[in-house]
Amino acid sequence: MSGLEIIFLIVAGVTLLASLFVVTTPNLVHAALWLILALFGVAAAFVLLNAAFLAVVQVLVYIGAIAVLMIFAIMLTRRVMKDSGPQTNANWVWAALLGLLLFAGLTFVLINSGAEQASLPALALDADPIAQLGQELVSPNAYVIPFELASVLLLAAMIGAIVVAWKK
Amino acid sequence: MLDNWLYIGLFIIVALFIPAVAVLLPRLIGPRKPNAIKQEIYECGIETVGDAWVQFKVQYYIFALVFLIFDIEMIFLFPWAVAFDKLPLFAVMEGVLFIMILLVGLVYLWRKGALEWA
Amino acid sequence: MSDPINLISQWFANLLLSWGLAEGLVKVISSAIGAAIVATLGLVTVIALIWVERKIAGRLQDRLGPNRAGPFGLLQPFADIIKIFTKEITTPNGADKVAFNIAPVLAMASVLLIWAVIPFAATVVGTNINVGVLYIVAVGSFGIVAVLMAGWSSNNKFALLGAFRAVAQMVSYEIPMVIALLVPVLLARSMGMNDIVAAQTPWFIVIAPLAALIFLITSMAEVGRAPFDLIEAESEIVAGFHTEYSGMGFGMFYVSEFLHVWTVGALMATFFFGGWSGPGAENLPILGIVYFYIKTFIGYFLVTWIRLSLPRIRIDQLLAFNWKFLTPLALVILIATAIVDKALEIAGVERWGYALIMLAVNLFIGWVTILILKAVEPRRKRQRVEFAPRPVAVAPKTPDS
Repeated sequence: MSGLEIIFLIVAGVTLLASLFVVTTPNLVHAALWLILALFGVAAAFVLLNAAFLAVVQVLVYIGAIAVLMIFAIMLTRRVMKDSGPQTNANWVWAALLGLLLFAGLTFVLINSGAEQASLPALALDADPIAQLGQELVSPNAYVIPFELASVLLLAAMIGAIVVAWKK
Repeated sequence: MLDNWLYIGLFIIVALFIPAVAVLLPRLIGPRKPNAIKQEIYECGIETVGDAWVQFKVQYYIFALVFLIFDIEMIFLFPWAVAFDKLPLFAVMEGVLFIMILLVGLVYLWRKGALEWA
Repeated sequence: MSDPINLISQWFANLLLSWGLAEGLVKVISSAIGAAIVATLGLVTVIALIWVERKIAGRLQDRLGPNRAGPFGLLQPFADIIKIFTKEITTPNGADKVAFNIAPVLAMASVLLIWAVIPFAATVVGTNINVGVLYIVAVGSFGIVAVLMAGWSSNNKFALLGAFRAVAQMVSYEIPMVIALLVPVLLARSMGMNDIVAAQTPWFIVIAPLAALIFLITSMAEVGRAPFDLIEAESEIVAGFHTEYSGMGFGMFYVSEFLHVWTVGALMATFFFGGWSGPGAENLPILGIVYFYIKTFIGYFLVTWIRLSLPRIRIDQLLAFNWKFLTPLALVILIATAIVDKALEIAGVERWGYALIMLAVNLFIGWVTILILKAVEPRRKRQRVEFAPRPVAVAPKTPDS
């Protein structure tokens, strides 16, 4: 086993354990804090896959913005310090079963997709992957429409959020 | 590439370890005499009423929401800025259009009054 | 190579290899030692800074500053350290013990981590990852989480309120900060810190002075120092999110704030003052480190000076200043920089002509901004309070006397 594999196993283990605590801990704020650890684990996994940009974005968006937003939402709506009932109801068995089924299905698809044999298209050695990403994002032959659409989508999301949340 | 991240991974460990030691050390060498009055929550000498939770302004939530959306848009622009050398004028204007749409959102917020702290 | 630091690390790696250790292990060990040295250097700098800052504050407020412990009060920080280490750490009733103790550690780590990517000299750099700028912003989000944890786990109304204020302020000011950072990234065509330093001929403070100004202002708000210290407005919410912390728990927040200000100086130096570059720095890395520290100190002194000069602003002013002034201005600067940069590239204008035109564009935008501000909020005429001179010790006449 190489050092990289050991690190991956540790990262994956921490991520899984943290996600388990997210759904089992009785305290909602604790769940949010465990979620932050799980998201950080995912970022570390991205680093191990040589996707540094995604890793940094993961931390920036999911921990810096979404997790903070969640904690805000929890604190705005709940009496958090006293809130400590059980997190699950009677249907947790079915939910667990469904989760397991989904995992099995995904694993099956992955194994049979032949992804192991497929080789990745080689990047030019001297090329900066981020510069390539930037070029692709605004190139008319690649992703320019999704790029501009994303902007419009986010604008719509912002307007929607304000309409829903902001009442004078 | 991964060598760089090895350094950062180790740096994370070191950066957590040093302050952890600094916080734990006084527990060993410092005094430890808790009593009921010392442990009380500090509210300028007045006894606490109710729990710490009080009703917060929804405005805090709105700022976090708007931040999230702006944050994502900014991230899209970073690769665009890095690739700037290889972009034709057309692609540059696309990025500018992207920023303009962002500005429209800001103008909307402003006109709607969501930026006022009322 | 006339670089003693790399020579030592090379020699050390070879020494470990000669002991028969595996190559991967040697890399891990030398990286860990490098990380430990950089982190410790940051903390040692803070010890010096506490003295420097108190001395500056004293002089600017017409006092002497620390002058009892040792010559010029130089031993004052050591006295402070001994004191804070021997203080009891209390945990308030009903606090969430684990989160309460993790929060100060996380706050410190979030600031220390920035130093992993800061280049000290041409060859002395922790790492030059290609997402350096985004990494710095991302690491800052751990600071936000730490503040939320501290405020929530203290079980104190003031702490929770302070945490809410702090987070609202930090996330709001992060937007113009990120936009302002896009400008040096765009000018250098890279997110790597060392690449940004290398691209600065002339320094970006000349090419993008408005972006530098916005970055300075927003960083001060991120740190939460006056005039943006509503986070710990003592007249309103005791001490904000760290109300319940004592001893070293508070000490960690305090030290992380100091180190953060120093880090802001370092980032200003790296992004806008040309980092380690200077005459002779290419060939003599030690000289680069000296330049870097001098520039960092200039950035640090600016922040401290502003802190000691301006009063605290109100929260509505704080948010309006961010959303209605800094954010639109930053977006306009980004658009102008992008268009002018491309236009000059097509026109084939190089270096000094380029810098001059960029500077002119920035000055023009600044001038228009001031005109708009004057039109929107005309300056009120100074009101003179007129009354007859009053002798000090005479009581004013009242009707019944």
